[in-house]
Amino acid sequence: MTSPYRYLEGIATADVAFEAWGPTPEDVFLAAADATLNTMVEEIGTVAPREHREISIAADALDLLLLELLQELVYHKDAERLLLRVRDLRIEETGSGYRLQAEAIGETIDPGRHALLADVKAVTLHRLVVEKTTDGWHAIVVLDV
Amino acid sequence: MPVPKDIVRVSDTAWEIPVSHKAGMLVPARIFATKTLLAAFDDGVFDQITNVATLPGIVGHACCMPDGHWGYGFPIGGLAAMDPDHGVISPGGIGFDINCGMRLCLTNLTYGEVLPRLRTLVDRVAGRVPAGVGAEGTVRLSRDDFREAVEQGARWAVKRGFGWKEDLERTEEEGCLRGADASRVSEKAVDRGYRQIGTLGSGNHYLEIQVARAENVFDPETAGAFGIVLPDQVVVMFHCGSRGFGHQVATDYLRVFLAAMRGKYGILVPDRELACAPFRSPEGQDYFAAMKCAVNMSFANRQVILHRIREVFSEVFGKDPKDLGMRQVYDVSHNTAKIERHVFEGKPRELLVHRKGATRAFGPGMPGLPDIYRKTGQPVILGGSMETGSYLLAGVDTGDRAFFTTAHGSGRAMSRTAARKRYRGRQLQEQLEQRGIYVRTASWSGLAEEAGPAYKNVDDVVSATERAGLSRRVVRLLPIGNVKG
Repeated sequence: MTSPYRYLEGIATADVAFEAWGPTPEDVFLAAADATLNTMVEEIGTVAPREHREISIAADALDLLLLELLQELVYHKDAERLLLRVRDLRIEETGSGYRLQAEAIGETIDPGRHALLADVKAVTLHRLVVEKTTDGWHAIVVLDV
Repeated sequence: MPVPKDIVRVSDTAWEIPVSHKAGMLVPARIFATKTLLAAFDDGVFDQITNVATLPGIVGHACCMPDGHWGYGFPIGGLAAMDPDHGVISPGGIGFDINCGMRLCLTNLTYGEVLPRLRTLVDRVAGRVPAGVGAEGTVRLSRDDFREAVEQGARWAVKRGFGWKEDLERTEEEGCLRGADASRVSEKAVDRGYRQIGTLGSGNHYLEIQVARAENVFDPETAGAFGIVLPDQVVVMFHCGSRGFGHQVATDYLRVFLAAMRGKYGILVPDRELACAPFRSPEGQDYFAAMKCAVNMSFANRQVILHRIREVFSEVFGKDPKDLGMRQVYDVSHNTAKIERHVFEGKPRELLVHRKGATRAFGPGMPGLPDIYRKTGQPVILGGSMETGSYLLAGVDTGDRAFFTTAHGSGRAMSRTAARKRYRGRQLQEQLEQRGIYVRTASWSGLAEEAGPAYKNVDDVVSATERAGLSRRVVRLLPIGNVKG
């Protein structure tokens, strides 16, 4: 199966842009999380499921919710040196926006086993979009590396 | 997007986009570039710099340097001076990597003396200055110590024994931006940064051993004043920033500004990455105090890295770093906002100057320069690609046309993905070695992304800054050893 994300050119000369897609917003968020991890490590399959972290975030809009999710992954990468994949992700509409619950699973960075790529500094608002398309959902994200 | 049709050529190296170009522009946009560089600018620069021109309180021009390229909110190479009483502060005008900057250190060694030990030097420096994804530094400190460090910057590091007192006077702002307040910084930012002092980072961050060949010394007198006096003298240059700490400070306040901007302050911007708040507002002042912590974290980071470099050279050559002449030339920041005094429209004024991928370049005699550089103007350290070389420049009197600012690097010309498709890291390392440049990298594909052709021609950029009267060439420095983050 090919990944439900792909890296884009011509959006951010010095950084990394990707698009992610799937039938539901949850699928797009999971794909975007993998794309972010894949920016830092060449084979995301080399990240073993040893550590668990609960993710619970909220935002006014879906695109900002995605921003918050990816920022959580960037945070854990520096604060705990954890590379994480996301699963069991649920998005709920609330009165004022959206809430997301998910589980993040991964392990401490091990340069011996993880072929490391670029260190993601931040998730940007540049061209950030989460949108419904005719056949599902689609997102574009630019990462500052 | 091609060069806008309404752009006006002001001089050989300056171009202006009038306020009529876009609704909401308060000042014209000015781009410093040769015709060739201008034509090669990527799509986003013109749109982004004219967006910057709409920010409340901007004075003069929204400027872009010759190494400009697409950024977030501001283009890289962007410069905006705001009236601090009526204008805004925008994290997008500083960048996520707050106080990303360059430091240059001398040695009294020549290329001939260093060459037999080059590999050892590069390998040991790579071991002592951690680089790459999630790298932790060698300085162990508590969260409270870290808060103290980010309020004091390089001063904290020197006090702890990482470096020499004279390093401070040879650092922009003497290594400490006053008014940093760690209580304005989130726990998350501290979590991300407190173990990262002394680390290089990744992407375009690097540490390079370079040589100043006699034919590349353009102004021997100024080069001498900067400490470059020997034929084939070896120097060490490095490029890094405030690491996860600064990135989190920027991320946190972008969120704060996005929430406050429209509802509370009624400010509309054409791009969310230009989120901003009035400089004098509580949000603006909180960010300014937090941003200063990140500026100082970066000064402390580069101070510790300098110390590690001195340790390695000292071990390898069996001499004290002082006997190896390892004085710092200067440390410049290229991602900041600072309150500075400039003569604007004939009157001295306090301005909030945002520089994003742009370097302060004070001319001779300006306050803020150490006595040793009062006559020469400020040393400006401009990093090129790891293949083509870098420059040591000097600030000039005519720099007032851009609030004494010049370029910061050669500027990317090719996307990272495109570079990775075209080059292979291991192959590139071999090719570079054949050309006399020994490279160590934390990431092979990261190395491929930094291949020389991925950047604009550094000579063109530097020559444009000289012709535009922003800075002048002193020495071109060629790489011989590189640690890539």
